[in-house]
Amino acid sequence: MIATSEKEGLYLASFRELEDRLAGNSPSWLHEIRRAAMAGFAEKGFPAARQEDWRNTNVGPIAAVPFQPATTPLPPPQRAGELRILQHPLADLGCPKLVFINGRFAKQLSTLEALPKGVQAGSLAEALASDATALERHLARYAADYREHAFVALNTAFIEDGAFIEISKGVVFEKPIYLLYVSDPGGLPTVSYPRNLIIAGRESQATIIEAYVSDGAGKSTGAADSVYFTNAVSEVAVGEGAVIAYHRIQQENENAFHFGRLVFHQERSSSIATHSIATGGRLAREEVNAVLDGEGSEATLVGMYVITGHQHIDNQTTLDHAQPHCSSREVYKGVLDGESSAVFNGKIIVRKDAQKTDSKQSNKNLLLSEKAVIDTKPALEIYADDVKCTHGATIGQIDPDAIFYLRSRGIGRQEARDLLTYAFANDILARIKYAPLRERLSEGLFARLASGQRAVADGAGVVQEV
Amino acid sequence: MLHIKNLQARAEGKEILRGINLEVGTGEVHAIMGPNGSGKSTLAQVLAGHGAYVVTGGEVTYEGKDLLAMAPEVRAREGVFLAFQYPVEIPGVSNTYFLRSALNAIRKHRGEPEYDAMDFLALVREKMKLLEMDEKLMTRSVNEGFSGGEKKRNEIFQMAVLEPKLGILDETDSGLDIDALKIVANGVNALHSKDRSIIVVTHYQRLLNYIVPDFVHVLYEGRIVKSGTKELALELEEKGYGWLEASAA
Repeated sequence: MIATSEKEGLYLASFRELEDRLAGNSPSWLHEIRRAAMAGFAEKGFPAARQEDWRNTNVGPIAAVPFQPATTPLPPPQRAGELRILQHPLADLGCPKLVFINGRFAKQLSTLEALPKGVQAGSLAEALASDATALERHLARYAADYREHAFVALNTAFIEDGAFIEISKGVVFEKPIYLLYVSDPGGLPTVSYPRNLIIAGRESQATIIEAYVSDGAGKSTGAADSVYFTNAVSEVAVGEGAVIAYHRIQQENENAFHFGRLVFHQERSSSIATHSIATGGRLAREEVNAVLDGEGSEATLVGMYVITGHQHIDNQTTLDHAQPHCSSREVYKGVLDGESSAVFNGKIIVRKDAQKTDSKQSNKNLLLSEKAVIDTKPALEIYADDVKCTHGATIGQIDPDAIFYLRSRGIGRQEARDLLTYAFANDILARIKYAPLRERLSEGLFARLASGQRAVADGAGVVQEV
Repeated sequence: MLHIKNLQARAEGKEILRGINLEVGTGEVHAIMGPNGSGKSTLAQVLAGHGAYVVTGGEVTYEGKDLLAMAPEVRAREGVFLAFQYPVEIPGVSNTYFLRSALNAIRKHRGEPEYDAMDFLALVREKMKLLEMDEKLMTRSVNEGFSGGEKKRNEIFQMAVLEPKLGILDETDSGLDIDALKIVANGVNALHSKDRSIIVVTHYQRLLNYIVPDFVHVLYEGRIVKSGTKELALELEEKGYGWLEASAA
């Protein structure tokens, strides 16, 4: 391996410890992938600002912290009921749930009884231990840039646990499968590497929710939020005609770092819809990639980021139209307050054979403060000649005419501002079909934007923007 | 109820109101007419407290209080209502939520108990009948996707729900067909009482066939140049505004 700086060296040392611990007990194909990923990271190191895709996100603060792999043991079953996380608004969404503490599957906190026949959901570690060959065809095949991309490389090198979900051919599961990732380092800075693999069989239908939250270990003792780093990669293989709704909720604490990659490989006539809802983290980068690799497939990427203080969030999306007659829709909305900053980079690739591609992208931003900064940029790479691609970005303040209109009816100035901000962002949440999640997020957003104002309790307050 | 004394205001550095004097008594209906650009809408917006207009002189007393010192929401809570010439679309906020928030803000200000969802619904149903509005409009975003006529009706509907003491109608008649005009006028007349005053700002005499004013004022180049009774409106309709230019010169 090529000489690396001290920052990268720390990860190399952790990797050697992992290899010692595994002592050749993982499948050889996975071992090779891990080593290739680590070599890639060692060679390339953390991304520099001169790299186009990282121009507006400085990962220096992540590289500067000596993160150790999270090893917090699982809470013993009798203590599970005392966990603060059980008080979290997102603790339970009334559907089957897999809980991960610091990246490790916590069986005793999970509820998987309600899974029907044809839906398998459990820990990736267990799946690797029991039947690794079933995973070989998929794992690290879609998030395949682990030799080039520092964070995908690290996640791949440290693959150990996460969720493994398989929906059999033709199975339609109405309830979501909920993956809840709780970080609770409560001590030295740690990094966890959740790795998820979801295989949706031909003509299957399912909804997945990923939520990344902090247990608030620091807050409860009056100390500052603890520093940790979540580096999560999810791969979703979407079979022919399968329909997948995927919700990704990121609510890390305000000192935490978050990297997330969500990648879909879509076969013919499949359909995916993602909702990436982020309010957390000090520095977060969320990548959603969909490869439309079969005729007639569809992808809808929807996102919302609401940040304040010194938060930074970077959304990178890639819609890769590889086959003809595919359509994609993308809407991301951001609300930035304080001295926060955000990046939206929406890439649409239309390959040579992808004629009749129909793609629409929009990114709308509301800046509530003069010090907030947004960098938004579409990136179209079109190699076919018979395609429809449109994109648009807006950056604005709250419409003063709308504020005056509300005030002229007796609504106070601050309440008017809050209401308009909420309406702008909630348009995104209104698209979430699963009511318990939508309502929980909507309430959270309202509370975040309008402290002290009563919630829209009757649910009739807000309608979706058409 | 309302005393306007030598009111002057400017917008974007341009002087628009150049000394308006107007007295509106309780229960009276006043019509303010005038050609485009005479300052009619500016007067309406200044009375409602729009921040785009700077008051450079004069005073406005409303029920013995300094109206110009009040924030727009306080004016609304004190009973001043402006029906907008161009009602604003507010995507994502339903008519129901918007109007209930407004009504409860006003009731709270008056020391009255807030309406719950059920009471509010009953009130809304009654007032919607008055304006012959489709109940479906209540669940839609405020003014979004409404036709011109629906927007204007929605303004008067809001006025009917909020029950102000002083209603200012800014060109509510423009763009309405005759049926919609009658409905709007009925709504206004139903609201008009001995305790409630109305100021109708309009370009055309037509509306005044249905909302009969006690007084008519002609605004020209930022001043009221002529006042009279409802016959003045007919005279204006007949002669147009051209003669004002001659008489002002």
